[in-house]
Amino acid sequence: MSIFDLPSYVGSSFPGLIATQLEVSLGAVAAGLVLALPIGQACARWPKLYPPVLSVATVAYSIPSLAFFVLLIAYTGLTETTVLIPLMIYSLVLLIPGVVDGVRAVPPEVRLSADAMGFGPARRYLQVELPIAVPAIMASVRIAAVSSISLMSVGGVIGNYGGFGDLVSWGLHENKIRLIWLAIASLAVLAMLCDGALLLLQRTLTPWSRGRSGRKRAAQ
Amino acid sequence: MVARALGKKAGRAVNLLNYLNSFLHDPAYWHGQDSVWQRLLQHCEYTGIALLAAAVLAFPLGCLTGHTGRGGPLVSVLATAARALPTFGLLVLLTVLMGIGFLPVAVPLVALAVPPILLATHVGIRGVDPAAVDAARGLGMRPMQILLQVEIPAALPSILNGLRSAAVQIVATATIAAYVSFGGLGRYIVDGLSEYDYVQVVGGAVLVALLSIAVLGLFAVLKRVVVSPGIRAR
Repeated sequence: MSIFDLPSYVGSSFPGLIATQLEVSLGAVAAGLVLALPIGQACARWPKLYPPVLSVATVAYSIPSLAFFVLLIAYTGLTETTVLIPLMIYSLVLLIPGVVDGVRAVPPEVRLSADAMGFGPARRYLQVELPIAVPAIMASVRIAAVSSISLMSVGGVIGNYGGFGDLVSWGLHENKIRLIWLAIASLAVLAMLCDGALLLLQRTLTPWSRGRSGRKRAAQ
Repeated sequence: MVARALGKKAGRAVNLLNYLNSFLHDPAYWHGQDSVWQRLLQHCEYTGIALLAAAVLAFPLGCLTGHTGRGGPLVSVLATAARALPTFGLLVLLTVLMGIGFLPVAVPLVALAVPPILLATHVGIRGVDPAAVDAARGLGMRPMQILLQVEIPAALPSILNGLRSAAVQIVATATIAAYVSFGGLGRYIVDGLSEYDYVQVVGGAVLVALLSIAVLGLFAVLKRVVVSPGIRAR
């Protein structure tokens, strides 16, 4: 028996758990980014908007994950969405400042040059502003992804939607400490690998800034 | 598992406020040995101890790397590694290995709180205006004096932000301590789940969220009090 074999009551194979884990935790960050891009853009454009938006995100972040999952069961039932929505909302508190910092990093003269070259607003955003903002945004995405992978395991308490968190619950209930070790090691390795993969993606997206990773936006 | 039945029971449209109302008006929660106040106190106790321990570990290290400008990559790696550790898994594992107690609860909470404090301190001190540091050196200040009298005061807003996110994360995460039979406000959530008692779950969740908001408020006040007005203005 290999260490990756799981007892049948877990109801999932090791690769199956990896798939659920990545799908929900990274899906949540992706959904968060889709929300954070326009919100962050608006906050950078109208600076008065930024403090209240950040306060709301911080307060939402302070809702305990366990309680958030449980309360959502009433509305979304016991589905993956119940775990995904809180993770998405938590990611906003990291992603919005990332987007705002990224947009602010675009020098005004670059924006003006793009205007002078006849770029429309959409093209200017996609081809000029977004690429310059990528390092700051990706730094926040990496932190959000790593946190999301770890946080999702709390979903194991409410049912079968915690990815490797389920394995922790089963290990406790069935007194199989091997499963708990396996879950922790897998989660840590998975989180590190995701961090590395996202760093690689960032380097690919911004070949001009090699060696300057913007990890400094991590204070939140 | 347990929650599956609860989910079905609560599957219809639910008025959370009704549950909250019942919780607030049930005297059983507000008096006696296991009263809300008792559990609130326990929750604050865990939070305070874990935050203090994390600050003792992370703050001096952040000051050192920030002041010398060396060890930035080390800080990043340490912070990512600590973040990658699954708090929930660690909590359960340590409880199984060591038995029910404070230490298995405290270790994961400290691991959770170290990255924000470490990074905020490092980034805050690195980001102090070099002109101010040069001026301090020109005045004949020794490195320790520069750190204590110039860099730390100037980096306070960032350091406080780091402590604040650490505190909020600990308050929210300390709820899962109840899953391994430990106290605090999480008891309501976990007990409510296993007893199919939605009133208790909602009450516990709202109490924890309120405590987090109180912590945010506390840090806002702290920022007003301890940050020098000259820095706050910027």
